[in-house]
Amino acid sequence: MSIIAEHGQLLLLLACLFGFFMAWGVGANDVANAMGTSVGSKALTIKQAILIAMVFEFCGAYLAGGEVTDTIRKGIIDPDVMADNPGLLVFGMLSALLAAGTWLFVASVMGWPVSTTHSIVGALVGFAAVGISVDAVDWGTVGQIVSSWVVSPVLAGAISFGLFMSAQKLILNADKPFEAAKKYIPFYLFLVGFMISMVTMTKGLKHIGLGLNFTQCVLASLVVGLIIVGVGQLFLRRIKDEPIGDGRFRFAAVERVFAVLMVFTACAMAFAHGSNDVANAIGPVAAVVSVIQSGGEIAAKSALPWWVLLLGAGGIVFGLATYGFKVIATIGTKITELTPSRGFAAEMGAASTVVLASATGLPVSTTHTLVGAVLGVGLARGIGALNLRVIRNIFMSWIITLPAGAGLAIVFFFIFKAFLG
Amino acid sequence: MPLNKLNNLFGKSPFGPVQDHMKLAHQAAERLGDFFDAVLANNWADAQQHQQAISKLEKEADRIKKSLRLSLPNSLFLPVPRTDLLELLRMQDRIANRAEDVAGLMIGRQMKIPAEIAEKIRDFVTKVIATSKQAHTAIEELDELLETGFNGPEASFVEKLIEELDSLEQHTDTCQVEVRTALFAIEQDIPPVDAMFLYQVVGMIGEIADGAQKVGSRLEIVIAR
Repeated sequence: MSIIAEHGQLLLLLACLFGFFMAWGVGANDVANAMGTSVGSKALTIKQAILIAMVFEFCGAYLAGGEVTDTIRKGIIDPDVMADNPGLLVFGMLSALLAAGTWLFVASVMGWPVSTTHSIVGALVGFAAVGISVDAVDWGTVGQIVSSWVVSPVLAGAISFGLFMSAQKLILNADKPFEAAKKYIPFYLFLVGFMISMVTMTKGLKHIGLGLNFTQCVLASLVVGLIIVGVGQLFLRRIKDEPIGDGRFRFAAVERVFAVLMVFTACAMAFAHGSNDVANAIGPVAAVVSVIQSGGEIAAKSALPWWVLLLGAGGIVFGLATYGFKVIATIGTKITELTPSRGFAAEMGAASTVVLASATGLPVSTTHTLVGAVLGVGLARGIGALNLRVIRNIFMSWIITLPAGAGLAIVFFFIFKAFLG
Repeated sequence: MPLNKLNNLFGKSPFGPVQDHMKLAHQAAERLGDFFDAVLANNWADAQQHQQAISKLEKEADRIKKSLRLSLPNSLFLPVPRTDLLELLRMQDRIANRAEDVAGLMIGRQMKIPAEIAEKIRDFVTKVIATSKQAHTAIEELDELLETGFNGPEASFVEKLIEELDSLEQHTDTCQVEVRTALFAIEQDIPPVDAMFLYQVVGMIGEIADGAQKVGSRLEIVIAR
């Protein structure tokens, strides 16, 4: 109790700092995966990609990031166990943030593929299980989260496989692919708009005080879908069926039509990423804020303060602007294998899965989901070559990141306790 | 800079290099036409130049073949079986190799073609080059095939190309028989060693067409999965 009264302001400031640092990491490292494909397939320039990423990451984080934040804030650690010791919860959250942030930073420097989601979840579980007691961890929720890490790539793969097969059937294998593309791509556009807005409205808008009932959600999503189709049509109209380059590749014009679609799926991807990954940074911040503001009460029911989401969204955008720019520039020139017709299927599969996970409050790893989606397209014989060794690396990163995050969190936790406790 | 997972997920697509390789192999076979024109005109300086050009093309094709083989490890996930792709590459390589062998042997022995069979041999070479050209045309469709997932109208189109290739190859077979028959009729009048080597050259030219046909049948296997 006395800790909270004594150091309340300091702890709050630290939480915001660490949270911003973590959000910066999320924006700097992960965004390339959402946007790199569009830059690689020349659907967008780097500048456009950064702008789109900023707008949609921010919207995703602010409009649809609440549910996952709640899970990170109070789903993983059982609030009842911590009730008589709010100070420990604050220390724990601070150390989890610092641990995950540090681990991400180290991994980035060393060039290891790690997931922001895995590091924060590992850190939370680590400090609670060792620093408090094994009972302090809500193992049921943790089990759900871990199983979602397996389910989400599979689901994304299945969706992208289906989407790509349908695109093949309807467009690529039609007698006149170009005309078919112009005819069917608006339907896909509608699907993108409808799906993203539907999930956001039914689940995400609660915390900004915009509760709509289900019928209203459907109607609003229909409108959003139609608006997207309209905007897409403006772009589509400009594309003419003429050979490009040396004319050796007859599907170049068709791919240009797909590129329009891909720009929209890239927006969806950025939105989905923001909605899910913002929680990794601000979930712990929100927990600290609620404890300190209630003067040491661990209220499981407290509302998520809007400015905390804003802090996270701002941090992501800041990370994008300072470092993500460079990342996209390097990645975008390399991912040329994912042509727009493939990229749209992969991004749409991943974005749908991630937004769905955000709605149910499950923190998934965006990158792993996207990898699953790309594999789905590969299974549909859509990609020239996929490097399966990378899948092994991803498994390794899972295995390494969890104990690393946990170990660091435990160390920081005891340091905080020694100095402030 | 984090090791970006997505970026590493993509291996280098082998289809572009396979197309490049076929282009070189066909160029080598095509050059054989010019080479024979020079030999028939008794213009050995030109013939030598063409032979060197063919040799250079073959070396370049070999370089692509080697790097492709090295960049196709077992850990790659391809839309077509790796073994089929490597086999296809081997057949393409045979076209370039045989073209080089023919030109090299003829330059090495300064082989003169007897006037009685000159026209028939030249016609045979033209027909063989046509098969290699057709194989090249079919392989040029690889990127379109990949785009359409190796099925649908594009696949049927390539299958038609391969059928044409088969019938072209049959023409070269009959042509080869004619050349051999003509050679048999005059073999008593030329030095025996020269006759032996002429038979060998005719055989090797025929192998170019065989290679081209096998490129087609491998491609067919790749499509029909």
